[in-house]
Amino acid sequence: MNADTLIPALYIFCLAAFLGYLVLSRVPPLLHTPLMSATNAISGISLVGSMITAGAQYSTTSTVLGFVAVTCATINVVGGFWITERTLKFFKRKDAAEPQKKE
Amino acid sequence: MTHYFIEASYLLASLLFIYGLRCMTHPESARRGMKAAELGMLMAIIGTLMHKDIISYEWIIAGLILGGTIGGVISYWVPMTALPQRAALSLAFGALAATLVGIAEYHSHGAEFSRFKMTVIGFEVLLGSLTTTGSLIAAGKLQDLLPGTPLTFKGQKMVNSGLLIMMGLLFLHLIFHPDAAWAMALMVVLAWAFGVMLVLPIGAADMPVVMALLNSYAGLAASATGFAISNNVLIIAGTLDGFSGFILSVAMCKAMNRSMSNVLFGAFGSASESAATGEAGHMREVGIEDVATQMAYARQVVFVPGYGMATAQAQHVVRELSDVLEERGVNVKFAIHPVAGRMPGHMNVLLAEANVPYSQLYELEQINSDFPNTDVSVVIGANDVVNPDARDNPQSPIAGMPILEVDRSKSVIVLKRGKGKGFSGIENPLFFKPNTGMLYGDAKDTLSKLVHAVKDA
Repeated sequence: MNADTLIPALYIFCLAAFLGYLVLSRVPPLLHTPLMSATNAISGISLVGSMITAGAQYSTTSTVLGFVAVTCATINVVGGFWITERTLKFFKRKDAAEPQKKE
Repeated sequence: MTHYFIEASYLLASLLFIYGLRCMTHPESARRGMKAAELGMLMAIIGTLMHKDIISYEWIIAGLILGGTIGGVISYWVPMTALPQRAALSLAFGALAATLVGIAEYHSHGAEFSRFKMTVIGFEVLLGSLTTTGSLIAAGKLQDLLPGTPLTFKGQKMVNSGLLIMMGLLFLHLIFHPDAAWAMALMVVLAWAFGVMLVLPIGAADMPVVMALLNSYAGLAASATGFAISNNVLIIAGTLDGFSGFILSVAMCKAMNRSMSNVLFGAFGSASESAATGEAGHMREVGIEDVATQMAYARQVVFVPGYGMATAQAQHVVRELSDVLEERGVNVKFAIHPVAGRMPGHMNVLLAEANVPYSQLYELEQINSDFPNTDVSVVIGANDVVNPDARDNPQSPIAGMPILEVDRSKSVIVLKRGKGKGFSGIENPLFFKPNTGMLYGDAKDTLSKLVHAVKDA
């Protein structure tokens, strides 16, 4: 990383931050819990970095660290998306909730 | 050629992530959005598998299978009441992954790092490490493995500032001498300690803010990873995560009328003892039958759930009661304070799980003007979020915190485990008002008795 790659990266960071602000401030409190698990799953994209570390064979140490990182990131990707879907399934409209009431 | 394919898959993934989060503005579209985000993740993984640096696949596949199994098992079994712990744990995993990638990168080519790269890796490792231990402590508190009360000791601020200064100095040293591996190791250890110290003094009632803040750190750590390995999709996804956490923590702080620094360094609860004025009046206990009759003949009933509803696992019985009332033509609403529960949106998920349609869940601003038209407000295991002192008494430790104004409704029923002051230890004058009736006991138990009594009324 040097000045030539840093500046475009900073551009991306700032634009993503601004976009994040615009998009995420519109999420209603109703969905804040699924939002947290969804963003958590999405940030599991660090899987991409972990996979390169685990597979590049720089050294044994970095392969082991990479393997643990891949495991952790995958837990988040799988767990995060699954939990988000599970919670989102609960949110029903009035008419959709009625027929499922039992007891 | 593969290079272009990889970059295209990353670009597509970024777009799908943004689209997915954009869909989170409404429950109807949110599930579609998640499918899109999952597709994006898959694209990014396939793209990465073609990366030229990857020589062997066995460790990657092993990690994917192991992580997938653990993640799948956890998310299949975890009950909705334990969501906050799960979220805290997953923040720890995410932060650990970012830290390890940073350390591995440093271990392989640390000595020849430029200052730019060292700065970015330093940030990644610092944020990642302190978020890892901080989230683990938060998870421990939420799971009741650690005491939920703020743990404080004399000179805590000195220790924390000392840690912070030492980490800063080590970081500076590393930037100018990237080959000093000892400084890196020491910085990681100090950051771990700092993460523990940061979360230990925070009470369980403040957990929504801490969760949101740790979420923000974990995202920024991932974003720093993206800077370190020049990967744009990582920068974008990490920043989105970081910002989502930041927006949530600001929203939570606003909902408690407290500044971020007050939450982090204030150690709630400890300050409140002196301010609690001895307004101990008479609490009026009421009977199940009276309450049932009141509710059965009411025009509008509003339920106000708090963390007590989650601990008593009472959400399903509340739904049952609401059904019985609606059959009698009573208008039933649920009022949800932004910081009720242990993580942002916790109560909404619990009630939605119990089949309460989301059109019946009202936010603070929507419902407050409606309380004067409400015949009966039922407070289930909530305390501070309905404390009128926050509005009326400037001396109160929670003065200025927006509350659900249940005291403006014609009658208030409070379901409470015992006569104590409750979690934060702050006196609540709502309990002594003439239009307030107390129902002691386990919330689930009391509510199922109410269901029967309303049916008979």
